[in-house]
Amino acid sequence: MRAALVRGGLAAVPLAFFAAFFAYPVAAIVGRGLREGGHWHLGRIGDVLGDGSVRHVLWFTCWQAAASTALTLAVALPAAYVFARLDFPGKRVLRAVVTVPFVLPTVVAGSAFLALLGRGGLTDSLFGVRLDTSVWAILIAHVFFNYAVVVRTVGGLWAQLDPRQEEAARMLGAGRLTAFRRVVLPALAPSVAAAAVMVYLFTFTSFGVVQILGGPTRATLEVEIYRQTAEIFDLPTAAVLTLVQFVAVAAILAVHAWTLRRRESALRLVDAGATGHRPRGGERALLAGVLAVVAVLILLPLGVLAARSFDGPHGYGLDFYRALGSVGDDSTFLVPPVQAVGNSLRYAAVAALIALVIGGLAAAALTRRAGRLMRGFDALLMLPLGTSAVTVGFGFLISLDKPPLDLRDSWLLVPLAQALVGVPFVVRVMLPVLRAVDQRLREAAAVLGASPARVWREIDLPMAARAAGVAAGFAFAVSLGEFGATVFIARPDSPTLPVAVARLLGRAGGTNYGQAMALSTVLMVVCAVCLLILEVPLSSRAATRTPAVPGTPPGDGPAADPAAPRTAPTREEVLR
Amino acid sequence: MSDALLRIEDATVRFGERAALDGVTLDVAGHETVCVLGPSGSGKSTLLRVVAGLQPLDSGRVLLAGTDQAGTPPHRRGVGLMFQDHQLFPQRDVGGNVGFGPRMHRVPRARRDARTEELLDLVGLPGASRRPVATLSGGEQQRVALARALAPEPRLLMLDEPLGQLDRSLRERLVDELRRLFERLGTTVLAVTHDQGEAFALADRVVLMRAGRVEQVGTPLEVWRRPATEFAARFLGFDNIADATVRSGRADSGWGALPVPAATPDGPCRLLVPPGAVLLAHTPAAKALGPAASAPLGCEVVGRTFRGGRVVLRLRPERGPGLDAECSLRDAPDVGDRVPVVLDPADLVTLPRA
Repeated sequence: MRAALVRGGLAAVPLAFFAAFFAYPVAAIVGRGLREGGHWHLGRIGDVLGDGSVRHVLWFTCWQAAASTALTLAVALPAAYVFARLDFPGKRVLRAVVTVPFVLPTVVAGSAFLALLGRGGLTDSLFGVRLDTSVWAILIAHVFFNYAVVVRTVGGLWAQLDPRQEEAARMLGAGRLTAFRRVVLPALAPSVAAAAVMVYLFTFTSFGVVQILGGPTRATLEVEIYRQTAEIFDLPTAAVLTLVQFVAVAAILAVHAWTLRRRESALRLVDAGATGHRPRGGERALLAGVLAVVAVLILLPLGVLAARSFDGPHGYGLDFYRALGSVGDDSTFLVPPVQAVGNSLRYAAVAALIALVIGGLAAAALTRRAGRLMRGFDALLMLPLGTSAVTVGFGFLISLDKPPLDLRDSWLLVPLAQALVGVPFVVRVMLPVLRAVDQRLREAAAVLGASPARVWREIDLPMAARAAGVAAGFAFAVSLGEFGATVFIARPDSPTLPVAVARLLGRAGGTNYGQAMALSTVLMVVCAVCLLILEVPLSSRAATRTPAVPGTPPGDGPAADPAAPRTAPTREEVLR
Repeated sequence: MSDALLRIEDATVRFGERAALDGVTLDVAGHETVCVLGPSGSGKSTLLRVVAGLQPLDSGRVLLAGTDQAGTPPHRRGVGLMFQDHQLFPQRDVGGNVGFGPRMHRVPRARRDARTEELLDLVGLPGASRRPVATLSGGEQQRVALARALAPEPRLLMLDEPLGQLDRSLRERLVDELRRLFERLGTTVLAVTHDQGEAFALADRVVLMRAGRVEQVGTPLEVWRRPATEFAARFLGFDNIADATVRSGRADSGWGALPVPAATPDGPCRLLVPPGAVLLAHTPAAKALGPAASAPLGCEVVGRTFRGGRVVLRLRPERGPGLDAECSLRDAPDVGDRVPVVLDPADLVTLPRA
């Protein structure tokens, strides 16, 4: 009874946070669109959905997400095998490298692919091929982003599958392929499905990539919501589209929860460190292929982006970077763009702190697995991942402007919105670790005289400290790249990095473009450094110990090393 | 038994439909060592968790020193529990583990450290205080877990499969050490195990459990010599059990008519012949029985296993079901030999028919 109360108390703070900063703004904007003169005009839903151009957007959103997901799986599954089962020099560094796009703001990715595939880009100047007008640019950029989701979700589990199961099948007369089909594939299938659903979710709600690479003719729901809200000011249509996206995302999350639950079926998991072997025979070719894909798909765009930022009007140099220090002659900025770096870091730090507190409390409440109510709470925490960030941002503007929540002029508005997308990551990182703490360790402490609060301090906290660090890092990176909501609420005199990049890209002229590349490079470096700080010390020691997959049950290994978090929590597209 | 340190009254715990504990009543007196014995799933561990306060009761009471413990959380019960797989705190060293309990009870640091050293000496790990627990062997972990459980000076120490995961020789040595340690400290102990050898070596009294109920309580010798039910007998490894009918002091069974104590009520029953009561007819022990022995029964030896210095023979008698017999290495016949055996009536046990 008391435990239920404590759990309820812990859940109360995150619930209040979500009510005030998620449900309320979203409800406000939906109400603004669909309510007039005290009456609901639900007929507008039918009107909007009947519109041919809206149906076109819906269709494009669905099929590009499906195509992106299929393409990502096709490209990344071989890599999942290579990273899971083959030992080769530099593997750890490379695994960190392929994760970099995952934490990159989509604005940066969009600019990178623009630099690679667009007018005057690498493919244009070499082969005269421009892809920025075709849908391929979007699809390739989506693969670039979500490569790590598949590699880490599927590969993480693959590395922990006991190879002896395969060997047992071989001894029983199964050929190599049959053993794979009958033993490995069934074990992997749920995690492949979970990864696919996550990729589908991220690409379904894709904003920055489509905004930059989609041109005037292609739009996802999210992009369309942005256009309707910020350019056409058609709030009723935006409200309907928000609702549609909300329903779609809830459905996708439900499918995801279902695949996760199925995955919790008993698998024999072993220490991932022991399952790798040196490549032999055909595996060498596979390894070479995967390395080539990583080089072309991931290193090349990032490299081209950096190169373009140095390619100034007077040859290679730091011209664009220098230009970032001044306001410039047009009125794009009220302050030198370089100030955006400081703003971003400051906002992201505060946002990470908020996300850590809210997400930490939520994870603590969710630790003791409990009934349907808590599962609902868990799902609720995931919702901001898929809800239109544009809606959230605009909702902040129109709802948090009167007492008791008058934050109109407060700088806190930005970190609050950014924390909203950070919280799900904090929960995803912390929860498996807290759940991996053996309940009997807590009982042992209780029997030795520790009160429940003391048990938490003595047992849970020390083990969760490292996970908290990782969670804060991810929340920081996510906040750093958040664009969809920030673009509405950041004040003109204090833009964040992604907002500044987008503003520069929106202006004509080679200098603006070059500055955008320079600023993107800065953002990329900050994100990469942030990731490497998180990744390297973890990879070096405890990397292989833990569920690399959020939601996988920890193995029943000895409790000697408390599960060290090594999750790349499936991260949404930053730019939503 | 009003002076019982621990009294469990009619304790019942249900997990859904299944009763893990079903009306268990048990007393443990101060300074007594009681072993709860039973197959896995019989509710032994639940019993310990109920006493520790980690598992709420559906009905019944737990009293410690006469006080009802309902509503008292685990950390205020003053009992110690040593977990099955030790559950040492991985992020603390040996000293940190042992000193944890005293620290929770706000024992000043100097006294705490002294107590830790003293206990580590006691369990045979002097000076191990600074060692990380990950470097300990299974036996050492067990000792640290024991020291940790003893450190807050619990009024009742509970052990859950204390030697479960250790190898056989280590287990036998540690049982002996534990027994002497508890005698020296005067600790009251409630232990659960599925290993009869461990239970009989450790306990003043043995409680045999089956499916959440107490099947039999007694001293090790009582339980060993007089199992109360067929379940108890089979759990202890006795398989020479057959249907019999008692009529005025004689039991008619497949093996022939055998004398049973005069007080045995007439009627159908199950008859247990412990392997030690099956004697090869040519051995001095059999001859010493004289006229008390049953009529010789011709048997064929169909199998042999070695248990320490004794041999267990699997026999196929000329009448009645198969018999296990025990003999010394010197007397052991070969497989395929035909040997006559006699049964020692003093060791026969009649069991109620299920």
